[in-house]
Amino acid sequence: MATKEVKPPEHWVDPATGEYRVIAPGQTFRSITEKIARIVLTPHTPMGWFGLFTVAGGGATVLMVAVTWLFLKGVGIWAITQPVAWGFAIINFVWWIGIGHAGTLISAILLLFKQGWRNSISRFAEAMTIFAVMCAGMFPLIHTGRPWLAYWMFPLPYTMTVWPQFRSPLMWDVFAVSTYATISVVFWYIGMVPDLATLRDRAQSRIAQYFYGMLSVGWRGSVRHWMRYETASLLLAGLATPLVLSVHTVISFDFAVAVLPGWHTTIFPPYFVAGAIYSGFAMVLTLAIPLRKFYHLEALVTDRHMDNMGKVMLVTGFIVAYGYGMEAFMAWYSADHWEAFAFWNRAFGPMGWSYWTLIACNLVIPLTTLWSRKLRTNIPFMFFISIVVNTGMWFERFVIVVTSLYRDFLPSAWGTYRATKWDYATFVGTLGFFTFMFLLFVRFLPMIPMNEIRMLLPAAKIKPKAAEAAD
Amino acid sequence: MPAREGTYGLLAEFETPGDLVRAARKAREDGWRRMDCYTPYPVEEAAEAIGFHRNKVPLVTLIGGLMGGAAAFALEVWVSVLAYPLNIAGRPLYSWPAFIVPAYEWTILWAGLSAAFGMLALNGLPALYHPLFNAPSFRDGATTDKFFLCLEALDPKFNLAETKAYLAGFAPTSVVEVDY
Repeated sequence: MATKEVKPPEHWVDPATGEYRVIAPGQTFRSITEKIARIVLTPHTPMGWFGLFTVAGGGATVLMVAVTWLFLKGVGIWAITQPVAWGFAIINFVWWIGIGHAGTLISAILLLFKQGWRNSISRFAEAMTIFAVMCAGMFPLIHTGRPWLAYWMFPLPYTMTVWPQFRSPLMWDVFAVSTYATISVVFWYIGMVPDLATLRDRAQSRIAQYFYGMLSVGWRGSVRHWMRYETASLLLAGLATPLVLSVHTVISFDFAVAVLPGWHTTIFPPYFVAGAIYSGFAMVLTLAIPLRKFYHLEALVTDRHMDNMGKVMLVTGFIVAYGYGMEAFMAWYSADHWEAFAFWNRAFGPMGWSYWTLIACNLVIPLTTLWSRKLRTNIPFMFFISIVVNTGMWFERFVIVVTSLYRDFLPSAWGTYRATKWDYATFVGTLGFFTFMFLLFVRFLPMIPMNEIRMLLPAAKIKPKAAEAAD
Repeated sequence: MPAREGTYGLLAEFETPGDLVRAARKAREDGWRRMDCYTPYPVEEAAEAIGFHRNKVPLVTLIGGLMGGAAAFALEVWVSVLAYPLNIAGRPLYSWPAFIVPAYEWTILWAGLSAAFGMLALNGLPALYHPLFNAPSFRDGATTDKFFLCLEALDPKFNLAETKAYLAGFAPTSVVEVDY
């Protein structure tokens, strides 16, 4: 078979060195610092920000109302009952935490692989992780019905002398998700300290100087500090990598350890992790595309970023496709009557529409189009794909949770599931809350890591004296 | 600690990382020890030039991680075997494979917290005041686009006039005296 070499577009390659360029040419240390710091330090907040903030704030209010009503009335306001006792709360939990995974992947795994292009998008992807984990963590908590007793999940010496049961995957989940949330916040904050110092030094107003001064803990850029900082970043990346893989693995154990047909499979851990990264990259695109447009960051978040993210989605999408295929194959190959029925019911039962939505959104649309670089660098198309994949991944969790539960072993116990308005209100509410937090982040904290972008500039290369004179 | 007063050191400003590294390397060769470089992003060559090769962050992280893993595993065993023994589907009380997941998570948690806070502690941070913040050129450039070499007054070779002349030999943009 004839192969032809695919040439990258000309403006992606630096003519001087022949290396791939990550950010647009013509930037200096000062220009990128100004560009990023100005977004935060300007006293003039753009009107569009206020507009979005109002909408997102409205969404967060919906969440508050929904949760207040839930606390007053109990989980009966949701559609959960027997046989579907998990419903939206667990679907949304898995969906949100999966979204978070791309942030850690970008900041940790791509750091270990020395992918320079990650620098532009790592900070806001990490912020996305933290807010997504906040939304995720909320769901199991309110799903317990008595969230004020949530501290029972922690191994603490209570007067009633009851201790948690460590053989349960739900208990593992508590440890995995709480560790994930903590490490994500620490990683994010430590990465931000040098940039907060830049903001401290560039701030004009007294309040901003105090605010960023306190947050930057007196960072002064000593090379001794930098070397320890680099070591710590690398170690945190090395620790976050197994962590992020373990978190969605443990979440898949919540399902896979149960004996229910449709859940009790060994493919779940890798397929959950790949799905998490797939949806997470989709969410990074959903956030990055409007953000670069709104704040004119096209020079820093370039179409090469879109291209690379499209490639990551293509790969993880195929791993997910393998997962779906393997589920179908095992339903047949296991010769297990219940397993085969669970699969048949998923695809052709009364809720089959959810399965085919998932196949269309996760496999058919993205995996046929993301092959083309023209489409991967087409910004409106990538935004469209990101929404499609986010939808598809939500339906994947819907299919796993609902279609496995509503028709189990005993036909006399079969039921159905129809979400109530409070289910929708809580879900929409978390979308609002997520956007609300994200808007606060882009307004008050540096959304692109300035210190890491500086390392990508040609001026950061140390050349011998003679070569410098020649420039 | 006696009150520090007088000169903290002399601060030379450079335009490029290359100039800084060459100056730092030369100063180190000339016997300077109490000195530091300040850069807006990590410059490994500058750390090498002033003789800073290894740090203790990995050791702190290792100790933290081992402690975290051991703590979680010990807690699980104590709870499941001694404090609150439960028969879960006939499994033995000491069913160690089930205890691995939380122990694994706590290894990462403690190691990560040790790496982050250990790094800050080894750096002597938080330290909201530092004499260098008194230099206007430092405030404007150190965290943006300028590269600094500071020869500190605590070095036995330090002499205000001579050191100033010595630093001027590296052709920096400016040399300023920094007070405590």
